[in-house]
Formats: sequence, C-alpha cells, structure tokens
Amino acid sequence: MKETSIIISGFGGQGTLFSGQVLAYAALDNNFNVTWIPSYGPEMRGGTASCTVIISKEEIGSPLVRNPDISVVLNLPSLDKYEHLTKSGGCLVANSSLINRGLNRDDLKNVYIPANEIAEEIGLSRMANMVMIGGMLCLAPVLSLEVVKQALSEHIPERHRRTLPMNFDAMQRGYEFAEQALAEVAA
Amino acid sequence: MAKELLKGNEAFAEAAIRAGCEGFYGYPITPSTEFLEYMAKRMPQLGRAFVQAESEVAAVNMVYGAACTGKRTMTASSSPGISLMMEGISYIAGTEVPAVIVNVIRGGPGLGNIAPSQGDYYQMVKGGGHGDYFPIVLAPASVQETVDCIILAFDLADKYRSIVHVIVDGNLGQMMEPAELPPMRELPKEPPEWAVTGAKGREPNFLSSIYIDPADEEVTNIRLVKRWMEIEKNEVRYNELMMEDAEFAVIGFGTAGRVASSAVRAAREEGIKVGLFRPISLAPFPKKEVEEISKRVQRILVVEMNSGMMLDDIVPLVEGRVPVEFYGRMGGMTPFPDEILDEIRRVSENKAPVNGNARAEWIARLEKIVEEGK
Repeated sequence: MKETSIIISGFGGQGTLFSGQVLAYAALDNNFNVTWIPSYGPEMRGGTASCTVIISKEEIGSPLVRNPDISVVLNLPSLDKYEHLTKSGGCLVANSSLINRGLNRDDLKNVYIPANEIAEEIGLSRMANMVMIGGMLCLAPVLSLEVVKQALSEHIPERHRRTLPMNFDAMQRGYEFAEQALAEVAA
Repeated sequence: MAKELLKGNEAFAEAAIRAGCEGFYGYPITPSTEFLEYMAKRMPQLGRAFVQAESEVAAVNMVYGAACTGKRTMTASSSPGISLMMEGISYIAGTEVPAVIVNVIRGGPGLGNIAPSQGDYYQMVKGGGHGDYFPIVLAPASVQETVDCIILAFDLADKYRSIVHVIVDGNLGQMMEPAELPPMRELPKEPPEWAVTGAKGREPNFLSSIYIDPADEEVTNIRLVKRWMEIEKNEVRYNELMMEDAEFAVIGFGTAGRVASSAVRAAREEGIKVGLFRPISLAPFPKKEVEEISKRVQRILVVEMNSGMMLDDIVPLVEGRVPVEFYGRMGGMTPFPDEILDEIRRVSENKAPVNGNARAEWIARLEKIVEEGK
C-alpha cells in the first residue's frame, strides 16, 4: 500500500469529521504519515460535511484527492457526489438507513450498512458514524479495528468519555455487519 | 517531544507563543479565526496580552504600538483583513520595528470567498503598503514547516527590525497533520536598546515613521535598502525534490508546491525526469537558484493558485534560456495532483520554442478545463 485516500461524507452533525480524525490518530499512532482536511466552505452550514484522510508510509504531498480509494457516504447527496469519483476498483461504504438506491457502477467493492438503525439499537443515534467506520475497516482493512479502537480511547474528548463503550460497540457491530454482508455476497 | 496530530491554525498560534510572542492583536476573519480564538484562550493564561480589536485597522496599530516596546508582537488575518492593515504595516516598516503578520490567504479579489488561494502574492511579496520598504515573506507548505517558519519569523523580525509575513492558505490552516512543537522559549529579560520603555536614567528613545525633511527620509531609505541587501544575502530558503537529475523543473510554493510534489512523484514513476523546486522565502526570492535551474533543465513549469504572479518573477531570471510554462487555478480553487501531472506530461513533450506568453497559453487551456467541469 503506497497511499490510501479516504473521503467520509454526510450531513453536518453526523460526525463525519470526527470519525476521520479517529482514523488519523490511529494512523499516526501506528507510524503512518497522515493528513486530515475538512471541507470548510459555506456548504458546512446546514449542508454536507466531509473530510479527506490520507494515510501513507511515505511523505504526503497533496492533502486533497479528486478520486479517493475509499468513500464512506452517510447520506444520499454524498453518494451522488462520490460514487462516480471513487477510484475504479476502490471501496464504497454506504449508509442504507438514509440511502435508498443501489450503485450505478459495478467496479467498486461495496457494502451497505443500516448505520442509523444499528446505532439506535446501541441506544445512541449519534454512533452511526462509528458503525460506518467499523464497516469500512472490514471492507478496506487500511488499519485494524483494534488500533482504531485504541486510538479512540486515547483521543476521545473527556466530555464524551462515558460513550466510549458505545463507540466500541458501534464499530464492532458495523464491522460484523459488513463481514456478514460480504460473506453472503461471496456465497 | 513526539509528533502530535495538530490542527494548522492552532499549531501556528501555539508556535508563536513558544517563540515568545507577548502581544497578539487581531480581528476575526475566516479562514484564520482559529488562530485568534486560540490566542484568546492561551495568552491570558500566560499573563500575556491579547486584544480583539474593533477592526483590523485598530489591531495593526496595536501591533505597531506594542512592537515599539520591544516585545514580540503579531497579528493573524486573511486577505481582506490584511488589506485593511496595509497603512499600519507601512508605518511599522517606516519605524523599523519588528512584527510578524500571518496571512491565511483566501479567494479574491474583493470579498471573494473563504477557500484557499495564493492571490495575495503581489500584495505580500511586493510590499502592499505605501512607500519604499521590503518585507520578508515566508511561504511554508505543511503544518510542521509553518510551525518552524513562525518561530523563524520572530527571529528574523528581531534580527532585521523588519516585518515578516508568513503566508499560508485555508488548506494549511484547517488541516490536521503530525507535527512537533518546539519547547517554550524563555522571554528576554531586557528589552532591545531601541525600544521605548520609559527613559528614566537614560537618553530617551524616539520611534516614528515621520521624516519631514526628505533628506532625512532618504537616509532612512538608504538604511532600509542596505538592510534588505543583507537579508537577500543571508535569508534565502527553499526546498528541492528530485532536482539532481531533473530535465524538467516544476516551481511552486506553499500548497501549490505541495500538490505539485504528488504530481512530480507520479510523473517520475512514468519515467519523466522531473523535479520540484519550492521556494520557502518568497522575499528574498531564491533568484540565483532559479537562474541555475534554468541553465540545466529543458523546460520549466510554474504552478500557482493565482494568475501567475510568481511566474512574473521567474521569467526575467530565466532570460529566455528555456521555455517557461504556467499552470494555475484561481478564485479559491486548489488544483488536484492529476491536473498538474497532465501538465507535466504535456510540458515534457512540448518542443515549441520560447513563446514568452505563458499566461495567455495557460488561460486558453484553463478555460477548456473549467468547461469540462474538472
């Protein structure tokens, strides 16, 4: 793996920026180079919020990419934007709770995860972002689930520390859901 | 200290604090606001001065006043805010007091937008304020390099009693990247001898930018020019990537240079012998180095996030030895690496002689790219 680019996109408030930061911390803690950059335009106010994370063993040039290796889309506008931009042969993780259509191309490894429903089962709807991250780590094992959990426990803001077990649970369930979905496709 | 994942603007502010900044005066403007927010929290904790002024004009005059006391002072703003500060910046230059000014450049002209840009190159590098003066301008390309440049900026400002501009853009201000902050510097015990600190027991110092008699002003001008010649000799800084055996050179600074580094690496994988020359000090400009490059490569591609402002500084240095081509995005658009890779491929195959109007050729290509919705 030379360099892996990940775009995480959803509505403002879905936690896309934070979940990207968790990946960035995990990458740094495991001796990768990493960049995290948010979209900070006016679109953030009430619209789409996205961030780009690049993980590499080498020095990272551009922190932005036109065609990400991995797209994690939490809502329909994000799928509409990033489906055709994702690199051929790349990965796409979609939140089926808020996305009611399939893909228009067949060259992407992909998995649909009902992230909001899973988060509500856990008891905190805000965990949908972590469910998606869990699913992503199964589909595209850039980092292991364990190191991401470790990074989260070390970098979660103090005021949210009590939600740590739920975050872990969310990632785990997202990972397992993706694992099962992929096994069904393979079978 | 180990590397931490740091957010650009916050890391830059902390770097200034660790460099011994004792006074920050500013007015919020996107995309530099986090710099001021961070200072608002940290400076009072350390017993240092922070003022959110009523305007940029007030803020820069507070910087001016505080700088006259010999304390390390600064402000941070973004393009339209910097324009408002220009009168005060010229007064600071004319008074020969040190000050560090960070400009997180955004799309323009006018109110423009908050997206990353390099459109203030002329304003920063050529002075911007009125009168005969030369600011030092540093243009880093990563969070770490910006941290280092801010520390350096304070040292250079003191050394030469000069204004030092550190110019970045929203990409660097907003991104998070691993970086290491330096240890906290001890504050100097004594003010510099020129500072106005109360003249009890000594001859008073006098600091002003007024020289009513033109002959006196000219003496000051001569001093400023000689000082600048000293700076040109000592303070040129740049970074090179795969330039040793390069047949083609890309020249770009800041974010544009950084994005170009991805394209240069990709082009090398295709067998194109290209390298990147990235000026870090835009003033003083690495003139000798660019001249040397133009003697050993076949073609030069300048890449910027403006309409070719640094291009105008490079063309006269090349003196027609090799063709100089240009690629830029404007208005707050950041180029993607693949755009620059396309340009490197094109330039490496282009055998056309020097045409001398790189800007006109580029605009025609850019219009097509914009039409195609890239």
